[in-house]
Amino acid sequence: MAKKRNVEKSADTLKTPSLTVAQTVEDEDERELFKVDDAVISASEDEGGSDDERKHRKLLDAISSLGGKKRRKLAERSEASAQISEFSVSAEGAGEKITLGDLLGTIEKTAVITKTKKQLKNLQNRSDTLELPLSRKQTEKIQREVAYGKSSEEISSWQGVVLRNQKAEQLVFPLNQEPSGPKRVEQVVAGWKAQTPLEQEIFNLLRMNKQPVHDPVLTPTEEASLKAMSLEEAKIRRAELQKARALQSYYEAKAKRDKKIKSKKYHRVLNKAKRKEFLKEFEEMRKTDPASALEELEKMELARMQERMSLKHQNSGKWAKSRAIMAKYDNEARKAMQQQLEVNKELTKKLVIPSESRDEEGSEEGPEEAAVALPDFVNDVQPADATNPWMMGKLTAEAPEPAEGSDIEPPAEGVQQPENQEDGTDEEEVIEEEEVLLREFEERRKLRQSEKGDRDLVPVMPVEREEIVNEKDATGVVEISEDEEEEEEEEVSEFNSLFQKLAEKEQEAAMDAETTNSAKVEDHEEPALLEEGLTRLRTLEDMDLLSQEVSVEMDEPAALSTETPGSEETTIPQPSKKKKRKKNMIDCNEVLTKEAKVIKIPLAPTVIEEEEENEEVQKMIIKEAFAGDDVISDFLKEKRKLEEAGKPKVVDLTLPGWGEWGGLGLKPSRNKRRRFRVKADPPPPRQDKNLPSVIISEKRNSSITVHQVGQLPFPFASPEQFESCIRTPIGNTWNTQRTVQKLTAPKVVTQMGAIIEPITKEDFIKGKTLATTGKQPDISLSAGKGPNRGSKGPQKKGHPKRSQQKKTKNKPK
Amino acid sequence: MAAHGDAEVKPTHVGKKKIVAKRYWDDSTEKKGREGREKEQKKEEHDEQKNTLEGGMPYVKRKKGEDGRKKGISGKMDPFPGPAPISKEKLKKFKRGGNKKMSSGTRGRLKDSLSRAEVASNLAQNQAARYDLLLPEDAGFLEGDEDEDTCTIMQEDIADAVDITSGSKYFNLSLSQFGPYRVDYTRNGRHLLLGGRRGHVVCIDWQSKQLKCEMNVMETVNDVKWLHSEAMYAVAQKKWLYIYDSSGIELHCIRKFNDVLRLQFLPYHFLLATASATGFLQYLDVSVGKEVAAICTKAGRLDVMALNPQNATVHLGHPTGTVTLWSPNQKEPLVKMLCHKGGVRSIAVDKTGTYMVTSGLDRKLKVFDIRTFQPLKSYFLPAGASCLSLSQRGLLCASTGNIVQVYQDVCNTPVKKPYMTHRVRGSVYGAQFCPFEDVLGVGHAEGFTSMIVPGAGEPNFDGLDANPYRSVKQRQEWEVKALLEKVQPELIGLDPGQLGWSGTKTKYRHWDSTLLLR
Repeated sequence: MAKKRNVEKSADTLKTPSLTVAQTVEDEDERELFKVDDAVISASEDEGGSDDERKHRKLLDAISSLGGKKRRKLAERSEASAQISEFSVSAEGAGEKITLGDLLGTIEKTAVITKTKKQLKNLQNRSDTLELPLSRKQTEKIQREVAYGKSSEEISSWQGVVLRNQKAEQLVFPLNQEPSGPKRVEQVVAGWKAQTPLEQEIFNLLRMNKQPVHDPVLTPTEEASLKAMSLEEAKIRRAELQKARALQSYYEAKAKRDKKIKSKKYHRVLNKAKRKEFLKEFEEMRKTDPASALEELEKMELARMQERMSLKHQNSGKWAKSRAIMAKYDNEARKAMQQQLEVNKELTKKLVIPSESRDEEGSEEGPEEAAVALPDFVNDVQPADATNPWMMGKLTAEAPEPAEGSDIEPPAEGVQQPENQEDGTDEEEVIEEEEVLLREFEERRKLRQSEKGDRDLVPVMPVEREEIVNEKDATGVVEISEDEEEEEEEEVSEFNSLFQKLAEKEQEAAMDAETTNSAKVEDHEEPALLEEGLTRLRTLEDMDLLSQEVSVEMDEPAALSTETPGSEETTIPQPSKKKKRKKNMIDCNEVLTKEAKVIKIPLAPTVIEEEEENEEVQKMIIKEAFAGDDVISDFLKEKRKLEEAGKPKVVDLTLPGWGEWGGLGLKPSRNKRRRFRVKADPPPPRQDKNLPSVIISEKRNSSITVHQVGQLPFPFASPEQFESCIRTPIGNTWNTQRTVQKLTAPKVVTQMGAIIEPITKEDFIKGKTLATTGKQPDISLSAGKGPNRGSKGPQKKGHPKRSQQKKTKNKPK
Repeated sequence: MAAHGDAEVKPTHVGKKKIVAKRYWDDSTEKKGREGREKEQKKEEHDEQKNTLEGGMPYVKRKKGEDGRKKGISGKMDPFPGPAPISKEKLKKFKRGGNKKMSSGTRGRLKDSLSRAEVASNLAQNQAARYDLLLPEDAGFLEGDEDEDTCTIMQEDIADAVDITSGSKYFNLSLSQFGPYRVDYTRNGRHLLLGGRRGHVVCIDWQSKQLKCEMNVMETVNDVKWLHSEAMYAVAQKKWLYIYDSSGIELHCIRKFNDVLRLQFLPYHFLLATASATGFLQYLDVSVGKEVAAICTKAGRLDVMALNPQNATVHLGHPTGTVTLWSPNQKEPLVKMLCHKGGVRSIAVDKTGTYMVTSGLDRKLKVFDIRTFQPLKSYFLPAGASCLSLSQRGLLCASTGNIVQVYQDVCNTPVKKPYMTHRVRGSVYGAQFCPFEDVLGVGHAEGFTSMIVPGAGEPNFDGLDANPYRSVKQRQEWEVKALLEKVQPELIGLDPGQLGWSGTKTKYRHWDSTLLLR
């Protein structure tokens, strides 16, 4: 800023050599810059002059000291006016005109102006003109778009929570409250300090005796399972890794390309730039992070030692020897040799100040080292996933957990970034970007872990390991100590292979056991199954038949013993049902053909109903006498009538006289009648189609339709789904009290008197599990079914949208 | 419970089935499992010791075994971990509809709500099955000696054999003056209403034999019926329908209902259904006193009537041998089925609404499945049966002349002979099983007889629905609740679950709408 102002100032002076004093007040801050000059000038002027004049000058000084630059101009003005004091320098060129060159000559000396000149020159050299600034509308539009992108992105991070809350069976407000109910003794004791002497004594006693701490609040495995990555997190991580892998491969490809470039100049420039950059960084590192600087130093030392041992850059190599031969004739070869020697010298020099230690191979190693920074499994090749939001765009904007704390340190192990990579070209810059991305990944992961706080001390992997260990202990084949976690990869792989073998063995054993078991079970269960099958398969009809068979057997003696008026009925054979279905017309013989069984009663009625000799009874008796086919045929007639009535009639829509002659005695033609006769759709089959002795009314109960659900409610796709959903009654007439309470639990529960704050970001980041499973915390313990189910939806929906926003946002740029 | 307090004095005749519940230790495989578990327990204890040895602190790890067993603070292992198993039969008993499998296409919210409903219904089912444990009473039964038919055992013998309270449930009221009696018990089985043909109306708390009221209406009484509680009853007299309160004060005379022959009360709908000699089936809403529906059946004199307790349809028997099913919403019968070649004399429908038993002038007794309207059984009774009644546990009472026969399990298994028989003095005019009691009340020409029929009543009652032991206060509260939960008459139909159908279900919806237009 300051420089710029200077430039402006000088330009001012150029333009207006004679200026008034009044202006000066405004530029107070600028005056400061010229203080030095002022002092010099004033000193020279103080040398001569009488007292009056001096006073006058001083006054002028005082005035002019309010504004800095006026001073010089004053002197000029005195010269121009040709008032020559004896002390002042004579105005040599008073009469002459000032040329631009004179003025420029003085300007050249000032360092400030040279820069502006340079800039001006640059501007002159530039052929292209600046573009017109965009119109207000357009700028506003762009701003709006950007603002929209940003805000929608911000809002979309809430989408998951909102969805989850919408889906949640029950929401308990205020959110994130501590679980109510009695606490465990251990929990209470942990947060409680002994204050009274009695308490202290008791505590001391307890401690002295090493009272066993029963029942830690949660077992380690439980804790671990609690802390285990949720599905959502795992997905995010996987996506991250995928992107990292992709980047890695790009990176490698680029490095390979670079390596193949044969231009020496290119490499030289590259190396030089690298060296410079490295030096710079090293300096910085020395200031900020002395420990890592030391490490770097050690590395350099190592390289030097290697060089000294290998004598790589001495004249002993194959290439060097050939060069040596060539050196006599070829200038370039000589140069190359010299260079190599220089390198050698440099490398073998005892290092006091850090210097570059990288040779060409080192530069090639760069990317590979970067790769080392990543975990091993990153190298596994996987096809790029289109659905992976991490693959879509830049990461910097789409932080899923935006609470990136400023105070969190970069990881201690340094995530040794490939900083030694140099960026001479644009490509390199891109590479750097990628590195930054990688770093960000790492950092974010760290962040997330640190956010989870101190309870997250046990990562997931070790837990699994522990379990494995336990298993092995159980089998008693291999003994592995807990320390193994820190052992090297090779051992791990060994361990893995061992475990695999073990697992295979176990599986085999399990399979064997299963087969034997299943065989046993089958043997055991088969009879039961068979029994069940038998009972199941017996239908009512079969039952009927069976019973009839039995009854026939049993009835025969009965029939013999008691004279029965209806015995002839038993002889009527019952026609099979299939026949019935085939025939449309119902035979009188088919109706009411059920065989009757005679029941023997030990007591015979003694009282004969003589009392009721009413007319009705007499009528009954008469009817009884004439009963028989009459009743049946009447019924069948009625049924047939109903069936006929239910059939749709053919509607004749012919009008006489259209398209032909009409009048008395003229009938519309057959053709026409055929055309205008409308046949209705066949009615649905009657419900009593197969029941000869039953008439079921085909009228629908219209009164109930008012109470039925007319349209399917929202999430349901078919009536069956809806019906199955409401098939369980929820009233306390049909359910136990607890069930009713559970089924009719309110969707939102608020605590009386509690302040319900609007949800904050911390709430849903930390209280992810709390919000959904406030009601059933025990589920989260068992394999974490609950929260996962809930979190599926938002995850899927949220990300693609975000990436879309990304695209739209990038367009206007 | 007094209902089957007929505990045996002589083990010969009357007994109570003592089914020993299957215990978890009975099964041999279970035993094995238990032993195995014990072994494991020992092993774990061993491990625990190791823990204490290795770590300096005597630190007891709480371990979760493979079968989820926990260790309490005392260090004792729970020998029966997890929730107690529920038998499959019980689960089946409380099953509500089959759970349909979700198609693989269901996603998101739908999947969520479906699975949630599934979980809820499973929970309800499991809990109900679990709480079935709280119904400890078993039904009684009658068992004869070898070569002795149970139908030959006399009521006096039974009354002697059982305890005094139960024995006192067998009694006779000789009321020979006012002709054959109709009988009705309240829903909780506490009160008895007798209506003599010649105008004698009596209501008794029959267990304590306390007479509530007794009067003569000085008119022919065709039928009597309790309304929703013991506070009111309806009497179908010669001309009109009357409603009295329990002290015999006439509350209403309903002139809209004339020549009523039979009465039925729909307790959950608060509807009194009447069948008249003029062929009208009328419904009276007793909670508001309005006539809900009056249907002309066009079937002549209606003197045979029964109620399906499951779906609240009314069954009417006709002299043409047909039985018609009615709801107040439809002017024509829902179903008309030909049951007998002669006229229908009596109908009874079982509690679950599965079976209907009819007897006709053709002297047959038939059992129908009224879900499919198909005949299941047909019996020939030499003298025919006049009064049919089904008990809560499915015992059938059929009377021929002055003989009352009780049949066991008529609907499922073919019956050869009655379970019990009893001869009363006059010809039987009305019979009804007493709810929650092993008692059959028989009204006949010479009065009333209360018989002991072991195994007739449901041993476990629902205290919130029909509580035999309720106090006045409880009755009042129940009344309010019942009125609040009153089911509207529009919901009466063949399928009580049709309210749950969504309107889009019917395939021929278009056809339906055209039918409505006609």
